[in-house]
Amino acid sequence: MRSFDDTVREALGGPLTAAGVVILQLNIGYVCNLRCKHCHLSAGPERGERMSLETMDEALRAVRRHGIPTVDITGGAPELSPRLRHLVAGARAAGAHVIVRSNLTVLLEPAAAGLPEFYRDQGVEVVASLPHVVGASVDRVRGGGTFEKSLSVLRRLNGLGYGKKGTGLVLNLVYNPPGAILPGPQKELEDRYRRELAAQGIVFDRLFTFANMALGRFREFLVRSRGLESYLAQVRRAFNPATLDGLMCRHLVSVRWDGTLFDCDFNQATDLPVEAACPRHISAFDPGRLARRRIVTGEHCFVCTAGAGTG
Amino acid sequence: MADYYNSDDLERFGEVGKYKPELFRKFMEWYQASLEDGALTKREKALIGLGVAHAIQCPYCIDAFTRECVAEGMDMEHITEAVHTASAVRGGAALIHGLQAGNTAEKILL
Repeated sequence: MRSFDDTVREALGGPLTAAGVVILQLNIGYVCNLRCKHCHLSAGPERGERMSLETMDEALRAVRRHGIPTVDITGGAPELSPRLRHLVAGARAAGAHVIVRSNLTVLLEPAAAGLPEFYRDQGVEVVASLPHVVGASVDRVRGGGTFEKSLSVLRRLNGLGYGKKGTGLVLNLVYNPPGAILPGPQKELEDRYRRELAAQGIVFDRLFTFANMALGRFREFLVRSRGLESYLAQVRRAFNPATLDGLMCRHLVSVRWDGTLFDCDFNQATDLPVEAACPRHISAFDPGRLARRRIVTGEHCFVCTAGAGTG
Repeated sequence: MADYYNSDDLERFGEVGKYKPELFRKFMEWYQASLEDGALTKREKALIGLGVAHAIQCPYCIDAFTRECVAEGMDMEHITEAVHTASAVRGGAALIHGLQAGNTAEKILL
């Protein structure tokens, strides 16, 4: 069976390499209020990994020094870090566009009180998980009551101007298939989300469709259901060379909670840091070198190149 | 059965069009159009597809429409109810033929 590397070589005539570093993605910890069945990092309330203030400051120094245009903050649930405001404000002060990836429901937790207003004041782009528009499907994957809670938070964000034309406050949503299947056409799903959420009084900017990554808790499910082989065969069959240019790993560097550098958040789950020829810690961040790096790949990379891609 | 039904063949459906591509193209156009949102939603059509797939006992269709139902946000409860509906119709169809047997028997039974 051909490896991902060999498949890419055949399509590109060479290995997969970075195209630049325009996004610094910071995974500030694996603690989360939810335990989603599709989580590639197996995040949950029991996870203790959190980014320290020192590591955040190293990341902010890198953003300032090298003028990184975008800081993309993820987790776990980043809102459960007591240092999130410090990080967001620091990145904005450095002139970066800031994205926070939210599971929505966490914004109802006491620890997140006032955060939506803080996001608005800082002009943060919110990328929110809403894996389906059928409530029962969302609750099955993320836990009972999650869908209604998510809708209430979306209404609150809309109330602050998020997702509304002319406010500049961007609210994007993320769809994940409710099982070991690939997403349908993005436009069709986006139209459906727009129609069904409008009926709930909710608006948003764009919908991103992400295939479920065969790592972490989702991989455990695939192994348990004896579906790993057929899922991997499915994504392998759906390999689309047109996705290679836009792969997120070619445009960003992902920083783990402890400062280790990765090609993407998925490689964190497999503990595959950036190639050894590059400095591998945020304290030694070298965007010039990283912009020329060879991307470290594995079998799981076929998920990102399946169909329309998961860029 | 394994020799007759191979799950990988579902992905090879397009090969049926090898010798009569125009006929296959017409079929696919019609097939796809018939499953689009209309007076019935895609979700309702996925359930009808699943029911019919069971009634005609086509393993490829069962595989494809189960995936379609999952993509539409349905779970085992929906899927099981659809299978029961299809089975009930099939069962009813067999049972009503009891009248046929009765009609014949009444003519010949002493």
